[in-house]
Amino acid sequence: MTRDARQIVFENVSKFYGEVLGVNKVSFSLGPGITSLVGPNGSGKTTLMNLLTGLIRPSQGAIYVLGLTPHQPIEFFRQVGYCTQFDSFPPGTKGYDFIYWPLRLHGFGRDQAAKLTNEALERAGMAQVARRKVAGYSKGMRQRIRLAQAIAHHPSVLVLDEPLNGLDPMARAESIALFEAIAKQGMHVIISSHILEEVDRISDRVVLMSSGYVVAEGQIREVRREVRDHPMQILVRCSNAARLAAAAFELDHVVEAKILNDGHGVLVRTRDAEQFYLLLNKIVSGGLVEVDAVAPADDDVNSIYQYLIGSDGGPA
Amino acid sequence: MSAQDLVARAQKWSKEQPWRLFGSQISILVRNEVRRNLFTRRRIWIYLLAFIPALIILTHDIFDRYNIDPAQIEQDTLVLAGIVQLYYFRLGIFFACMAIFTWLFRGEMVERTLHYQFLVPVRREVLVVGKFLAGAIVAIALFETAILACFCLTYSRFGTAGKSYVFDGPGLGQVGSYLLVTALACVGYGAVFLALSLLFKNPIIPGVVIMGWEAIAPIFPSWAQMLSVTFYLKHLCPVSLPITGPLAIFTIVAEPVSPFIAIAGLVCLSIAILALSCFLIHRMEITYTAE
Repeated sequence: MTRDARQIVFENVSKFYGEVLGVNKVSFSLGPGITSLVGPNGSGKTTLMNLLTGLIRPSQGAIYVLGLTPHQPIEFFRQVGYCTQFDSFPPGTKGYDFIYWPLRLHGFGRDQAAKLTNEALERAGMAQVARRKVAGYSKGMRQRIRLAQAIAHHPSVLVLDEPLNGLDPMARAESIALFEAIAKQGMHVIISSHILEEVDRISDRVVLMSSGYVVAEGQIREVRREVRDHPMQILVRCSNAARLAAAAFELDHVVEAKILNDGHGVLVRTRDAEQFYLLLNKIVSGGLVEVDAVAPADDDVNSIYQYLIGSDGGPA
Repeated sequence: MSAQDLVARAQKWSKEQPWRLFGSQISILVRNEVRRNLFTRRRIWIYLLAFIPALIILTHDIFDRYNIDPAQIEQDTLVLAGIVQLYYFRLGIFFACMAIFTWLFRGEMVERTLHYQFLVPVRREVLVVGKFLAGAIVAIALFETAILACFCLTYSRFGTAGKSYVFDGPGLGQVGSYLLVTALACVGYGAVFLALSLLFKNPIIPGVVIMGWEAIAPIFPSWAQMLSVTFYLKHLCPVSLPITGPLAIFTIVAEPVSPFIAIAGLVCLSIAILALSCFLIHRMEITYTAE
């Protein structure tokens, strides 16, 4: 991998905080489009983004963003916009000023900066409240004003750390539409999230992270296929666990049926959840088992990691 | 003009005229930082630090208004010299600069806002210079106003005799020297504390060490004294304090140097320390959780 002027390149990048691992031996390159960094809290997503934008320096390895490094800040930060997860603002700042003054530091004149500020506020849906102090904003509004600042100078690379956190469904949909529109312009958009479902619909590419390692990366379809083939776990709280477990085992798609330690439930692993739910309905209507609760046990992304990386948390 | 055109134009301008870009960035940083540092309630204790002597002199003037003897001017001149040399240069300006300059970067770390400064197309050296200038403007404006207030209050109570001392005697020269030395003290201490804030997470303890060093530097060889801010300031003070005993260590001038060398020396020392800060800022990382 080299200094490709169209790619974001990580070359064997590691970051240690003293003896604590941030990320380890990360190597990949990203082209234009939306890339999602997905992983549980503490998996190294933010570290990777901070490394990418020069907020922290790698302990080893090198990072190039469109052939540039943060050591060339003037060229670099014209190309890069970063919406961090830090929910803090300079004291007393108003929404408008929060975007306007950084634009002035970019070298834009008063009128130019004002024009770009208004445009960014419009795009982020914050124009109405721009003259209010940021301290009075809701969490969602603070998220969006940071997004507005990140896109105001029309960067080629937009880095967004958990950008959908704290947004209501409407703002979430608007933000996703905005990311898609930006990506369609040929920009690199990198989004982090700890919920795969949240970003998989809009991502062209996904990087799955766990414990500082990249455990899977590629086109979203490939990763989704792996996820789809992964047996789903369903937890059933019921009166006659042994009976349910025995019935479940008769189905071909059930891989495992484990009676819970307290004896009042079964954890079923199945390749066809719908078929299992049909069986469950039949058993319940037959009065053989009294069901208290049914819940998917692995709807969260952690189960995917368990599948992809194994239980020890090491690299795949 | 479309947004894309604006961006392209700004990029072209900054490429063609980088020094104008740096100048414009510094002026914006100074403006924002001065606003943030000067006009804030959090700084009230620094205002008190600066204006307490003026308040004391004012109180003295009010209670002693019927007991004015023009022969006291010389004595009050020594009192003023003591306030400036022993209080302002040793304590007031020292602690105010510690608060103002260490807060420039460390404060932003505490408030978790420094990353905004690191994510704009500004060279980190420019950031250091901009913040330093802002801190210097705040400190100089505050303490020069305070010292000017002390000076006016000291001599105004003497009426015609005071006016004559100021305008026909050595008064104007003295206040000019005090203002110059104040500015140099702010610049010198400011550079020191800015560098300390980049070197240490908690610059208070190193600050106390610096205070101790400034106090005992006169007993060291002259080459070592050159690493002390007060070494240069003492040579520029217009009035010698007749202090004897152990306290004389604060005022004694062991090897006199010319005012020019004193000014140039302090400016060079400050520039060297600022250069160190420019080097240190490149090592700085945004790790708020470690703060």
